[in-house]
Amino acid sequence: MTAALLEVRHLRVEFPTRRGTLVALDDVSFDIAPGEILGVVGESGAGKSLTGASIIGLLEPPGRIASGEILLEGRRIDNLPPDAMRGIRGRQIGAIFQDPLTSLNPLYTVGRQLVETIRTHLPVSEAEARERAVALLRETGIPAAEARIDQYPHQFSGGMRQRVVIALALAAEPKLIVADEPTTALDVSIQAQIISLLKRLTRDHGAAVMLVTHDMGVIAEASDRVAVMYAGRVVEMGPVQDVIHRPAHPYTVGLMGSIPSMDGSRDRLLQIEGTMPRLNAIPAGCAFNPRCPRVFERCRRERPNLMTTGATRAACWLVGQATGAAA
Amino acid sequence: MTTLVEAVDLVKVFDVSAPWLNRVIERKARQQVHAVDGVSFSIEKGRTLALVGESGCGKSTVARLLVGLHEPTRGQVRFDGLETRMVWNSSEGRALRRRIQMIFQDPYASLNPRWTVREIVGEPITEHRLATSKDELGQRVGELLKQVGLAAADMDRFPHQFSGGQRQRISIARALATRPEFLVCDEPTSALDVSVQAQVLNIMKDLQRERGLTYLFISHNLAVVRHVSDAVGVMYLGRIVELAGTRALFGEPRHPYTRMLLDAIPDIGMTGRARTPVQGEVPNPLDPPSGCSFHPRCPLANERCRVERPALTPWAGIQVACHAVTEGRH
Repeated sequence: MTAALLEVRHLRVEFPTRRGTLVALDDVSFDIAPGEILGVVGESGAGKSLTGASIIGLLEPPGRIASGEILLEGRRIDNLPPDAMRGIRGRQIGAIFQDPLTSLNPLYTVGRQLVETIRTHLPVSEAEARERAVALLRETGIPAAEARIDQYPHQFSGGMRQRVVIALALAAEPKLIVADEPTTALDVSIQAQIISLLKRLTRDHGAAVMLVTHDMGVIAEASDRVAVMYAGRVVEMGPVQDVIHRPAHPYTVGLMGSIPSMDGSRDRLLQIEGTMPRLNAIPAGCAFNPRCPRVFERCRRERPNLMTTGATRAACWLVGQATGAAA
Repeated sequence: MTTLVEAVDLVKVFDVSAPWLNRVIERKARQQVHAVDGVSFSIEKGRTLALVGESGCGKSTVARLLVGLHEPTRGQVRFDGLETRMVWNSSEGRALRRRIQMIFQDPYASLNPRWTVREIVGEPITEHRLATSKDELGQRVGELLKQVGLAAADMDRFPHQFSGGQRQRISIARALATRPEFLVCDEPTSALDVSVQAQVLNIMKDLQRERGLTYLFISHNLAVVRHVSDAVGVMYLGRIVELAGTRALFGEPRHPYTRMLLDAIPDIGMTGRARTPVQGEVPNPLDPPSGCSFHPRCPLANERCRVERPALTPWAGIQVACHAVTEGRH
């Protein structure tokens, strides 16, 4: 594997509140290589979007990075002043959000937004920027790009708008794209088009993508590696094939079993009892222990870290026991 | 098996014209959208029919027509042999409402935040006079909550004290309160996380088995549909383009749109597979294409498809609305 483009080391994000500090992300570490798509999956409240927001420096106050570091090409970006971060965001890190309507300014034409973004980051003339904008729209699969560039966002359909958002994210040829639920608001046929577009763009531009989604199907299809998050921690990480077909963590096993399968082989879905804990009531030991079917004494006392098992790593004492590698 | 619910050539037209003054000044014509355009199906007692399709295909409008929230522009809904349009407004309407209930998509919007669970689940019981005393009412609410996997003690709490999955169970308990025979479920799990979705789907299946409930299940998620339904109707721009048993539909999809939909779903079993890209998107329902409304996106379209609209016809054990399939061009 080539040197990592993005490294996240022991990231901890806290929200100070009147009733004490809530730990929203705890000891999250991963890296992404150039040209790689890392899928980050988890249910609502797992902290996956927060991880993305921390990387692009758009953590909403009072949330703050309490410890850990984020490195882009070996350079720390988590402690940069807002001005310096603004130069990196857009230029080196592009962002795609869930709702394409709210990521675009309804009062400006698509072309104006693209040209502005391009000229903010690259030293080009107005005409060159416009040419580039048309090329970008064409590349993201918008028909009649020359004509549509002068239209407003409301004149585009949902799928087309998301293409515009992707074109915006790509405008300055960033090395990393953080895509937070990019297909969740779209219909399946459009979702398929957007996924293949993202895959093609990583291949052609060599950009790395952090793909945040709750949809395992999207992850399976698009990503190379996957990180499964639960209650603010990464509980399992590894190549997508291994995590899906041979999940090691009981939460991942439950998550996979609860998805209705397209081959119709399951009569009854596996269910994980209970729900994800609230941030102010994360259980001691392993956060998953009250819902875990294979819980034992140690899980209630000690919190497991990621431990290697086969091709993946899982934060589970079962793994520690099996390999004898318990720390 | 007897047919419990039947839709016969249902049509719902919405007037989406600009206001009168705008029409006069800007010389705009009246605009109508055919949200549901000739939909027919029947559901047997104790079975589940699913309607699938992308946003704007009219599936939720069908659901609303069935429970009487919209009145059909044309066509009929028959329930247990009765034509419902007449019944809703008559003295029999109350009895019919008891027998047909609905579960909505968003468990955050469909429960009154200022009511306790006892009031929410108890309201249909009081409304239909199914309990004689306060004690009986409380007991009945408790039983209902237990059936959906909640505790009877939960009844004095408010909706905000529950998670999304628990709220959706409260919705189910409320729908079950009148001992209905037919439940219309409009995307009951799309607002939920997958592990919670599994809990809700399992409960729905168990209840069907225990009480012989009949479901109309509306969803855009084909994997969920495959899991819960006995038969599936695929909708596109207000019409059913394919209606078949679940096994037949997923095993051998006939209509090009069904095939496209099935091909488009990312499935966890298919990591890194190359797929045929889906072409185009759903056209504007205000200005649907001529002939078969799918023809601009269809790989099999020819001149006939552009001109003549195919009707839903029985073909090889299923029903399909496609010239290419019935002519053997695929």
